[in-house]
Amino acid sequence: MRLLAAGALACVAASAAERVEFNRDIRPILSENCFACHGPDSNARQAGLRLDRRGDALARGVIQPGDAEASRLVQRVLQENPALVMPPVATDKKLTGEQKEALSAWVAEGAEYQEHWAYIKPRRPEAPGGFAGIDHFIRRRLAESGLEPVGEAGRRTLARRVSFDLTGLPPRAEVVEAFVRDGRPDAYERLVDSFLDSPHYGERMAVHWLDLVRYADTTGYHGDVPVNVYPFRDYVVRSFNGNTPFDVMTREHLAGDLLPDPTPSQLVASGYNRLSRMTNEGGSQAKEYLAKYASDRVRNISTVWLGSTLGCAECHDHKFDPFLARDFYSMAAFFADIEEKGVFSGNAAWGSSVRVLDPSAQSEMDGIEARLRALRGEGRRELATGPRALENFAAYLRDDLLRWQPLDPDRAWADCGHPDFDQCDRFELAEESDAVVRLALKGDRKPGEAIQRVEIPLEQGLLTAVALELFPTGDFDSFYLSEFQVRLLGREDWPVRVSLTGLLPDRERPGSMLRDTLDDNYHSGWHGDWEQDRQRRAAYVFEAPLRTNPGERLEVSLIAHARTSRGLPSRFRLLGSDSEFPELPVAGTLREAVLAEGPRTPEQTAALESAFERFVGGNAAWRDVRALERRRKALVDGAHESLVARAVDEPRTMRILPRGNWMDDSGETVQPQVPHFLGPLPTDGRRLTRLELAEWVTSPDNPLTARVFANRLWKAFFGTGLSKVLDDLGSQGEPPVNPELLDWLAVEFVESGWDVRHLVKTMLLSETYRRSSEPTDELLAADPYNRLHGRQVMARIDAEFVRDNALAVSGLLNRRLGGPSVKPYQPVGYYRELNFPKRVYEPDLDPNQFRRGLYTHWQRQYVHPSLMAFDAPAREECAAERAVSNTPLQSLVLLNDPSYVEAARAFAARILREGGGSARKRVEFAFREAFSRPPTARERDIVQRLLEAQRESFESDPGRARELLATGISRIPPGLGETELAAWATVARALFNKHEFLMRY
Amino acid sequence: MHTGLGLVETRRAFLGRASMGLGSLALASLLKPGLLALQPGTRGFPDRPAKVKRVIFLCMAGGPAHLELLDYKPELAKRDGEPMPESFTKGQQIAQLQGKELKILGPQHPFKRYGNSGQHMTSLLPRIGEIADDICIVRSMQTEQINHDTAHTFMNTGFRLPGRPSMGSWVLYGLGSQSEDLPGFVVLTSEGGSQSQPIAARQWNSGFLPSVYQGVKFHSTGDPVNYVRSPNGVSRAMQGELIDAVSELNGVQQSWTRDPEIATRIAQYELAFRMQMSVPELVDFSDEPAHVLEMYGTRGGDGTFNANCLLARRMAERGVRFIHLYHRGWDHHNEIRTGLVKSCGYVDQGTAALVKDLKQRGMLDDTLIVWCGEFGRTPMSQGADPALLGRDHHIKGFSMWMAGGGIKGGHNYGATDELGYNAAEDVVHVHDLHATLLHLLGIEHTKLTYRFQGRDFRLTDVHGRVVDDILA
Repeated sequence: MRLLAAGALACVAASAAERVEFNRDIRPILSENCFACHGPDSNARQAGLRLDRRGDALARGVIQPGDAEASRLVQRVLQENPALVMPPVATDKKLTGEQKEALSAWVAEGAEYQEHWAYIKPRRPEAPGGFAGIDHFIRRRLAESGLEPVGEAGRRTLARRVSFDLTGLPPRAEVVEAFVRDGRPDAYERLVDSFLDSPHYGERMAVHWLDLVRYADTTGYHGDVPVNVYPFRDYVVRSFNGNTPFDVMTREHLAGDLLPDPTPSQLVASGYNRLSRMTNEGGSQAKEYLAKYASDRVRNISTVWLGSTLGCAECHDHKFDPFLARDFYSMAAFFADIEEKGVFSGNAAWGSSVRVLDPSAQSEMDGIEARLRALRGEGRRELATGPRALENFAAYLRDDLLRWQPLDPDRAWADCGHPDFDQCDRFELAEESDAVVRLALKGDRKPGEAIQRVEIPLEQGLLTAVALELFPTGDFDSFYLSEFQVRLLGREDWPVRVSLTGLLPDRERPGSMLRDTLDDNYHSGWHGDWEQDRQRRAAYVFEAPLRTNPGERLEVSLIAHARTSRGLPSRFRLLGSDSEFPELPVAGTLREAVLAEGPRTPEQTAALESAFERFVGGNAAWRDVRALERRRKALVDGAHESLVARAVDEPRTMRILPRGNWMDDSGETVQPQVPHFLGPLPTDGRRLTRLELAEWVTSPDNPLTARVFANRLWKAFFGTGLSKVLDDLGSQGEPPVNPELLDWLAVEFVESGWDVRHLVKTMLLSETYRRSSEPTDELLAADPYNRLHGRQVMARIDAEFVRDNALAVSGLLNRRLGGPSVKPYQPVGYYRELNFPKRVYEPDLDPNQFRRGLYTHWQRQYVHPSLMAFDAPAREECAAERAVSNTPLQSLVLLNDPSYVEAARAFAARILREGGGSARKRVEFAFREAFSRPPTARERDIVQRLLEAQRESFESDPGRARELLATGISRIPPGLGETELAAWATVARALFNKHEFLMRY
Repeated sequence: MHTGLGLVETRRAFLGRASMGLGSLALASLLKPGLLALQPGTRGFPDRPAKVKRVIFLCMAGGPAHLELLDYKPELAKRDGEPMPESFTKGQQIAQLQGKELKILGPQHPFKRYGNSGQHMTSLLPRIGEIADDICIVRSMQTEQINHDTAHTFMNTGFRLPGRPSMGSWVLYGLGSQSEDLPGFVVLTSEGGSQSQPIAARQWNSGFLPSVYQGVKFHSTGDPVNYVRSPNGVSRAMQGELIDAVSELNGVQQSWTRDPEIATRIAQYELAFRMQMSVPELVDFSDEPAHVLEMYGTRGGDGTFNANCLLARRMAERGVRFIHLYHRGWDHHNEIRTGLVKSCGYVDQGTAALVKDLKQRGMLDDTLIVWCGEFGRTPMSQGADPALLGRDHHIKGFSMWMAGGGIKGGHNYGATDELGYNAAEDVVHVHDLHATLLHLLGIEHTKLTYRFQGRDFRLTDVHGRVVDDILA
């Protein structure tokens, strides 16, 4: 007898009198109903009985092979006594009559087990070569069910299908017409090849892959801030376009950084390891988040490549598949060498990255480096003697000085550091002119040991350094500053310390003293004598330029140690600079010299010359060098930065966490290893690496990888996987409806050298692929879910492609490949709930507005609402399959999203300019462009009625036409007539909203 | 329908064609009356007598300090400033206080007794005090995640990993929508409050459930729902004409293809158009009498929590099943003394007005109101400046309250230890809250499941108990 998997195939007529097959007929029953208590998880096991292994089941005597009646398994299953029946009543699980019969028949036939199908290495079943292999298995399976497949789809449908399937874009009308007329026998293959050769093929293939590896442009947790990793996305597009073998891609993903002399592209690929979510939330515990990141990686690699739910074994041995908790943590151990922090700090530093220059930038960079080497090597004196050297220097200092702006505090407080606060004297903020702060005491005590803190409200801008100007107060003869600290408030929910690395002292000697103000040691610091000075200055340069935002505040602390007779400087001014290479703001005569409008006085010239001498130390190349350094920095800044994996020398210790509890250190330490029943890999006492993991994943002996990939590819082109659960080929997944075909495809893939394009083309050339998607009554009744592929599938196109389609048809689409993510229009305030920092979304108001959806800025916590409406995932976790929904929100997007409105008016302009003179011809043109077919008479009527009604509305109120046409940034071609254009824009909107526009048939 | 635009006609036409053309494919859902089928429930639910029809979940985001608001601990006041005994904190998860000296902090504002029941609450929530006899305070809550993002995810989905459905989605999946022109699960956030923690759209995502169960976010400024406004220059009548033409074109296509999604698509356009009409009317408070506006303390359109409370009532009246309000600003790491005055000020009036208003309208009996944060705050102080002390995140014990149908009013349940650190009596875990919430809606929490990655998932994972003692 032949039993059908529950549900999906229930309607497919069964062929009788076949032997029971464990994997197909029995395992799903046992897995669903028995394994939770009698399976691999030893902690959950009841009565010491496990049924997932024959030896154990027989040893316990519950199965007597060949004798169903004597087998307790069968007896308990057939029990009518609710206290004894299995599965127990309390589990809510109940076997159907067929399932009970199947179990009896299986035991009667000898209770033969099979290893789970997905863990047996696939071998190639016999079949004709090439795409005919596919049709062989599909036809055979249909014949077994007594079903006739439908015939081939029409050429227009085929052209559209291949175009959307291979590029995610509609075919150009000329391409369709040419294919319709092409009488050559290989016309179809030529069509397929032309789309495979399109650069948009890689983009289409990338969309699913990026869902799997959860590529996004932000960190995911907490502030969900941007992170640079888009070169990884471009690497994926490039790899598919260049048909990089899948085993090579896998190696580059998992261990690109471990390859010998990795290329920039391989390093970028290793960024796969850095695509998991990351946090920088204050108060997070590094250990907890390291555990989260580790399990994130295990879930991802096991889903993407192994189609397995190894992630379930984080807290316990797997309940259905043979994965142990140890396997989970051994897999995690492979990634324990990746340099990372549990809790990152700031919004910019997310660990190792590589900067990738494009070729033209690289050659310019080489020139700059050579020139810099030459300048530094040349004699300093001669370069210093140029006639304008001194003037250039003055201009340079002026430029620098003007970039220092006073930082005006609006809040200050201080205390004397005494443990009992009430014993402290309070300071008062007394502001003098021009941001000079005077912290005056209420009482008569002198400010000795104290912390002074001021806060400065910030605007949008850049801050690279803070300068401190100190003035005498008369309270003390000398001053003492032991610590100087700068923190940023309002970006995170805690103050962020700004790292100060550069020091600019006002004199030679206090250089070392200044350093002491950064050492967190209150017993050393900067001091000086007021009797000799009227002012002292110092500047602190930030480690990294700080981009500031409105609402943020800078907090500056001046701290002095107690037991000194010197005073904390309590009259001071703060300045901020946005210069890349700030100098100490000049003062006194030099300042006058630099700012002098007319001729300089002799004193000013002397001061300038002396400063010049000191500054260049006899080197006049400073200006050249600085210019070149600036250019170099600009190039580096403009380079494509991308997160990468970097291996540390001492990998983190990985231990089994009991119940997944990261606080429990009692578990055993584990080393990198593959799941025990699929391995183990020999170690020879060494630690296995990610590279060895990658090699195991794509080894021809790995039973899972090729099947998983082929199954997903099948789903992409035929609507449903041969095993329909794309992320689980385990016991709880679905035994393939056509196992020979899946195995055949897997072997074909491996033997072709993991040639993705070959596998794609093989599928597309098959008769099965080319069938019509219209079912016959018979097929609809017998195989409603089309699991036997007697017809093609009717599929809604993916989220990104919906908008791509409108842009392409309208002529607005910008077909550029790659580059930084782009920002299409988005409802104002959509990011209002994001914080740290607050986010303002600025749509691209240039040709980037019309890039493909694939390049849209992917904000994990707030995916673009029009993409989300069409089921694009957040990419927080691996998404092997997108839902396909049909919701009112989709209608609202297509009706009202300005992207579609603008595309409609652009399409309208095309219709008017290219569609001919009559309304009839124009409607025809519009249909051919939008649907690759002419309209029916009825459709033409509907559209023309709409056109006339809308034209009338716009004519009676032309302001409406102007308003509608003002949507978007693209130019409106002149001379088309506003009301006419607006009326046709409404027609275009109707076509974009038509169901057919979303479909590939 | 009163659009006069032929939608009804189109609808009848397509249903007529559908029932003839589409053989065995599942059109059953479409044959249910009205548009409710677009967010259909699951067969067999409710599976027990339901006490309530809808939930209004008032999320006090950021982690309100239970020891300042709902859980009075005289011992804390007595031992204010003393070191926190290590027996409480050793080996426990700590957020920003990691490695800091741990000192006890007494309540910063007096507590009061309210109502006939004498509910003990902060003096900062006098208006909620007026509904003290309607609410049941639970003082023994526990959760598992100590940072905002993951804690919200856990509170909403019962899991710490993303990709699981939010409770609103589960409820909708189980019971379906009751509204003909609004989504069944709606989310509102409000203005006001400092240090607003981010809230991810994940919090109302439908996860692995079909996307029709996703929460729809309403905005207090700009367009109330994304893309709900017709393009500039397009009048309602013109938009209606367009939609009629689209539906007619779709109808034509139905005559030659068996694409089963066309029928749904036509219906979705009908619903979209209804939403375009009903949403502006929903958010327009001009039909509310002055005394109601006064009671809530809003004139509308101001984005306040008070306005959202009134909006919640209007949604409840229109059949929205799950209304989730977020008010942020409870993350009092510092300056809790003044911070609480502000935070309480933002929510006190609206919350109380909502309960009173629903009660007056007889709707409190079939509504469940939950007032709860994603966690609580420590008994220990945070910060060095004595004038600016705050409290850190805390997950081992915190408080919440519920009101409405099936809930014992004027009652309280559970308790923390003498220092308010651990939930000590009758612990209520987040999973238990979920189980109870589903129970009140008529759903046995272990029965409402969805198969994902080979496993039958549910809102309560493998846990959850219905807290019978708080049920009337």
